Amino acid sequence: MTTKKILLLFAHPAQGDSEVNKTLFSALKKIDNITAVDLYAEYPKFHIDVEREQQRLLEHDIVVFQFPLYWYSSPAIIKEWQDLVLEYGFAYGKSGDKLKDKTLFILTSAGAQESAYQTEGLNQYPLRELLRPFEQVAHLCQMHYIPPLVLFGARTAKEDGRIEPHTKKASALFNALSDGSLTHESFGDIDLSNHYNNANTTNKNNEV
Amino acid sequence: MTAYFIQASIYLLAAVIAVPIAKRLGLGSVLGYLIAGVVIGPIAGLVGQETQTIQHFAEFGVVMMLFLVGLELEPKMLWNMKTKLLGLGGLQVGLSTLCIALIASLFIDQWTYALAIGLIFSLSSTAIVLQTFNEKGLNKSEGGKSAFSVLLFQDIAVIPMLALIPLLAISALSGSPTVAEDAHHGYSLVDGLSSWAYAIVVLSAIAIVVVGGHFASRPLFRFVAASGLREIFTASALLLVIGIAAIMSLVGLSPALGTFLAGVVLANSEFKHELESTVEPFKGLLLGLFFITVGAGIDFGLFSSMWLTVLAATAALMLVKFGILYVLATIFRIKNSDRWLLSLSLAQAGEFGFVLLSFSVQNSGLPDDISKLLALVIAISMFLTPLLFIAFDKIILPRFELNTNASQEEDAIEDSAPVVIAGIGRFGQVINRLLTSNGIPTVVLDRSVDQINLVRNIGIKSYYGDATRHDLLHTAGIEQASLFVVAIDESELAIELVNHVSHTYPHIKILARAYDRRDGYALRQAGAHHVVFESFYSALELGGQAMQEIGFHPFHVEQLKQNYIDTEQKHDSSLYDMWQKAQGDSTMMQHYRLLFIKLEELLKESMKSGREDKHDSSHQSWAPPPKNYLKELRED
Repeated sequence: MTTKKILLLFAHPAQGDSEVNKTLFSALKKIDNITAVDLYAEYPKFHIDVEREQQRLLEHDIVVFQFPLYWYSSPAIIKEWQDLVLEYGFAYGKSGDKLKDKTLFILTSAGAQESAYQTEGLNQYPLRELLRPFEQVAHLCQMHYIPPLVLFGARTAKEDGRIEPHTKKASALFNALSDGSLTHESFGDIDLSNHYNNANTTNKNNEV
Repeated sequence: MTAYFIQASIYLLAAVIAVPIAKRLGLGSVLGYLIAGVVIGPIAGLVGQETQTIQHFAEFGVVMMLFLVGLELEPKMLWNMKTKLLGLGGLQVGLSTLCIALIASLFIDQWTYALAIGLIFSLSSTAIVLQTFNEKGLNKSEGGKSAFSVLLFQDIAVIPMLALIPLLAISALSGSPTVAEDAHHGYSLVDGLSSWAYAIVVLSAIAIVVVGGHFASRPLFRFVAASGLREIFTASALLLVIGIAAIMSLVGLSPALGTFLAGVVLANSEFKHELESTVEPFKGLLLGLFFITVGAGIDFGLFSSMWLTVLAATAALMLVKFGILYVLATIFRIKNSDRWLLSLSLAQAGEFGFVLLSFSVQNSGLPDDISKLLALVIAISMFLTPLLFIAFDKIILPRFELNTNASQEEDAIEDSAPVVIAGIGRFGQVINRLLTSNGIPTVVLDRSVDQINLVRNIGIKSYYGDATRHDLLHTAGIEQASLFVVAIDESELAIELVNHVSHTYPHIKILARAYDRRDGYALRQAGAHHVVFESFYSALELGGQAMQEIGFHPFHVEQLKQNYIDTEQKHDSSLYDMWQKAQGDSTMMQHYRLLFIKLEELLKESMKSGREDKHDSSHQSWAPPPKNYLKELRED
């Protein structure tokens, strides 16, 4: 098990109103081997420094996007970041293998309850399905993909006292990813977004 | 004449030596002045009987201090204080007078004497306490504010006390008090008036101060300030304070109360900070002189013969006052260290005690031997006050430190420190509007009276004053500021100002507006943390508009503008280095020029967007992959 370096790219355009993600971000920041980037703070005018971002990618093993779910996807700056940073010749295409064997992971929060993200539910699709574009980005860039970790019902998480346990769970996961005790292979078929709440990943890892 | 010079030199020398030493030892300036007085008076015997005369003159420092206190206190704040002012202050004076009078009556047969002692001792020392609060930065604490309410009530209560003491004398001696009164009242407008006429005169005097202060002082100051003569402004500030003191004395009111009212009236005025910085040195010197005379006036002969009585009386006095304040603080829900601060800081008797004492003797309200003893008690209790403050700092405060820290952190966001803005021209106005409309407090300074008038008319709160003058920056509160914004036109002055602030207050972040590039570099060298060339962004904006008019796509124009800024910033540091070298060595100027020309070329280069032809660039491009890229992907 070797230590892994994690690049945490956080996107929240209205942090004054944030109840879940801001707390989570400041907790994750403190973990060893994490480079925590507040994208809206570094690029308030969306003027993304492509070279710098590519350099950061090269220096890390695991890339995490952290954001609140906006219209079944990320806030705009993450899309902007992908459009600019994941260039032809760097991330994909001829000699575009710089991200090969790195890992992509989504950490998000959704307003609706898990029951809404079902075929019969209000949102018609499980969240993992809705986030397929990220999975395909990972695939095209020859990266591994860990299923998203989601906090459902985020609008009432504070009132229900679910923020602290969620933050602890995410921190444990990040620690395990960083010290190498948990890798993309540990997950197998587990879909973190819709099943993580029931499955104990660390145990699963021990079995593997 | 020579005698005056020698005397003045003795007083000044004592202060110059004793005060810095006391300050260095953490005793505070008040104790330093007191010690200086003791040394030149009772110990060395360099000064003698004239100290009493000087003391009456130096009491004017208290009047000036209350004017400054009033300036810091807007009428709205005064209204908010009313519960504490009347409740806490009233109860403190009432209960202290009563308790002390009761205790005194155990030793003195004459009940009127006992009551006079109660009145004299119920007052605390505004001069020592406020001066010390100022030095220690305790003004804004809960304990500090409560202590201030009490002191203010006491200062007002002096007036009825002055009226009451002659009445006590009448019932005590049933002799003719008129002789004594004649001796006291030199000039007075109210002698021999009937009571209703007296009331009218008093009310109209107060009206003159309030209305005159509000309406007449501004045109006067504007007129004087427009002349640009510093010393005339100083003269008019002194005229205001002394004039009001004169009016008040003429009608038999406290000059301190009058100047305090005038201060409150002017608290919203644009001349507030200028007045403060003008009056401040006079106040400081006079108060210092006052404390020296208190020290010099200590009668060691009497003390050595009756030291036990004196010390016991002093201890009893301070204990009683402390006890009453502590109980009152508990009733008024003043908590933790603030309760201790209030009770300890006001446990002494004060300078108004001396005033009442001499007045009582003149009016036969007290016999001379008791009065000498009382003077000693007052002086010693004042002498002990700085020690109580040290005890508060060293013993009480550490016990409550954890609590106060926690609460301070919460306050920080709500009650954020103000941003000081120098210059309220077109540039400063935009900055000020942006900040204030987001709830960030600002203190705006400008040295043009016309400009202040203009922006005050459109509701921008601003103050007259030359920000390049160091004392004015101090009274405007630069020490507590979170940021300092320099937006004044004169580039030489701006550089000097940045230089001064960055050296004197290294913890304050400085944001400066520059006229051009070289000006900006000079500001940066002087210590500005962030510099913006005043025309840069507006020129870029209009340039971009021109590109759009010519037919460039608006989003493309936006990128090109950003490229321009990036290239500038990238090469800014090397240009700055070269500029710095060229400052000391004129032959380097040629290199600076060459570098500048190179920047021109780099700018042209950076405008060729698209990363295919410029792989080392970091500019955004959204470049599409090559036409045949799908084939490659399949090969993979």
